[in-house]
Amino acid sequence: MMTGRIVGGAVAALVVAGMAVAFAIAWRPSIAAIDAPAPQTFDAALVRRGRDLASIGNCSTCHTMRSGKDFAGGLPVPTPFGTIYSSNITPDAETGIGRWPEAAFRRALRSGVDRSGRHLYPTFPYDHFTKVNDEDDRALYAYLMTRQPVRAPAYANQLSFPFDQRFVVAGWKLLFLHGGTYQPDSTKSAEWNRGAYLVEGLAHCGACHTPRNALGAERASAQFAGGEADNWSAYAINAQSRAPVPWDADALFVYLRQGWHPDHGVARGPMAEVVSNLSDVPDSDIRAIATYMAGVFGPPTPDRKRRSDDVLAQVKSSSAPALPVSAAGAAIYQAACAACHESGRRLPYGGVNLALSSALSVPDARNAANTILSGIRPVEGERGPIMPGFAASMNNAQIAALLDYLRARFSSQLPWAGLEQTVADARHAQIVFLQTSPGPNNTPADASQRDKP
Amino acid sequence: MMTLKVNGRDHQVDAEADTPLLYVLRDDLALNAAKFGCGLGQCGACTVIVDGKAVLSCVTPLLLLEGKQVTTLEGLGSIETPAPIQRAFIEEQAAQCGYCIAGMMMRAQALLQRNAKPTDDEIRAEMEPHLCRCGTHMRILRAIRRAAHLMQTADASTVQRSAQ
Repeated sequence: MMTGRIVGGAVAALVVAGMAVAFAIAWRPSIAAIDAPAPQTFDAALVRRGRDLASIGNCSTCHTMRSGKDFAGGLPVPTPFGTIYSSNITPDAETGIGRWPEAAFRRALRSGVDRSGRHLYPTFPYDHFTKVNDEDDRALYAYLMTRQPVRAPAYANQLSFPFDQRFVVAGWKLLFLHGGTYQPDSTKSAEWNRGAYLVEGLAHCGACHTPRNALGAERASAQFAGGEADNWSAYAINAQSRAPVPWDADALFVYLRQGWHPDHGVARGPMAEVVSNLSDVPDSDIRAIATYMAGVFGPPTPDRKRRSDDVLAQVKSSSAPALPVSAAGAAIYQAACAACHESGRRLPYGGVNLALSSALSVPDARNAANTILSGIRPVEGERGPIMPGFAASMNNAQIAALLDYLRARFSSQLPWAGLEQTVADARHAQIVFLQTSPGPNNTPADASQRDKP
Repeated sequence: MMTLKVNGRDHQVDAEADTPLLYVLRDDLALNAAKFGCGLGQCGACTVIVDGKAVLSCVTPLLLLEGKQVTTLEGLGSIETPAPIQRAFIEEQAAQCGYCIAGMMMRAQALLQRNAKPTDDEIRAEMEPHLCRCGTHMRILRAIRRAAHLMQTADASTVQRSAQ
């Protein structure tokens, strides 16, 4: 009797103590609201810098939905735990961040907590944004607080228990959020450090290009080994890259600057939005990102270098080897694809020779399927590559046969399995994506427009 | 030699498998509504309907059309008995030079067969691949709305005649 009461009391005490600890971990204070500051109180140069930073951060891609207003949120982001909707980050007082002081904005970026003290889901990549310095946080705040306020109430997330409980996020942060702004590496150049600061912080490249664990966090041991975004595969951008021609700093610069490179092809899907946003950003920052990432890729092994030279030589001679593979696929390729892809004209005037395509060498066939289905849209006002989509003219079996042939002919990898299902899924995902993604971006390509906030 | 089903009729076509559908329609079958615009699938002037979907005939090789139903503007109606989509374009005077209009009508037709009451946003999103250099876009949008209305009212009988 007595012992039972003691045990019971001890358990109760433990539960209370445990709840107190959990509360201490999970609880964050509210930060007092302010009256929305008038746009003219922000320094114009600061706003301009904030604009470049927001472009590097790719903020508008998630915080704007198709045919929605800029930064007004509402984009559904599918996750393994349910669907999370992006929030309104316009300075609207009621539904946006109009009443947030700068300290609340900084806290959100640093530790994923909103003004009222609620934990934000890590779909908002504060595990990267925590590295951004005070000065840049201030510029981003100035930029967003001078946008057009839009009244757009948040959509309710669709999450199952326990993920709909925001205190769960506090536990996630204990495990995966490592705070601290970026600390430069004094053994490296200023350009490398600038690139590292941007890539690891605001640009959050790893959010798509690093695989995630069962709790949805990036796997630190596999950084940049390839992940996914919006039903596209995000390629490995480290030594595990399958690009037929190894990437170097110059190629990365050209690709990120103009959205395509003759030896690598064209940015598509979510990456097309990234490079479109980057078109606002000064050359020096693109160069810094390219320099840092070239280091992450590392120099090619002699073996890869040799294979790359072979591919480039083969592209020049462009002789088709006879292959005992899908006859249907070969015929479709000859009839529908070869006229552009074997024209001998380099990008953007001809299609990329598919021997150079990363999409055909990676383990995941989705990017190739997506591209055949939807093609490559022209970017307004720019001299860039185009491709018509074949979603309406090819059925799933035809696209699967084509992919099977392309894989056999243009990569040294084993055949893809389950292609018809991949194509069917890609077709379905594409329809959903077209209903929810932002419309085509018409960012001015004219450099003289870049300094206009 | 292959059999091509166009506007409900079988045609024996003597052409290579990689011949674009557009060439066969215009050169062999004398169906001249679909136009050659860019030849790259970027302008929409060559649009026809294949199995209910709008397809760019200039980049669609014959090989892909085995067993499929092709519908061109000629298959929807004639000058004497225009289909609702054609009547709507005439009534709104939606054509200026007219080069893009056959393609516009075919994509609009495919949209209305799939979605009888599209919103303005849906119409704009659907028609986005089509270029018109005369700038009659607003009339085209009005014509598509009018066609949607016509199809739901008196002329519903002619809509599905051959455009499956």
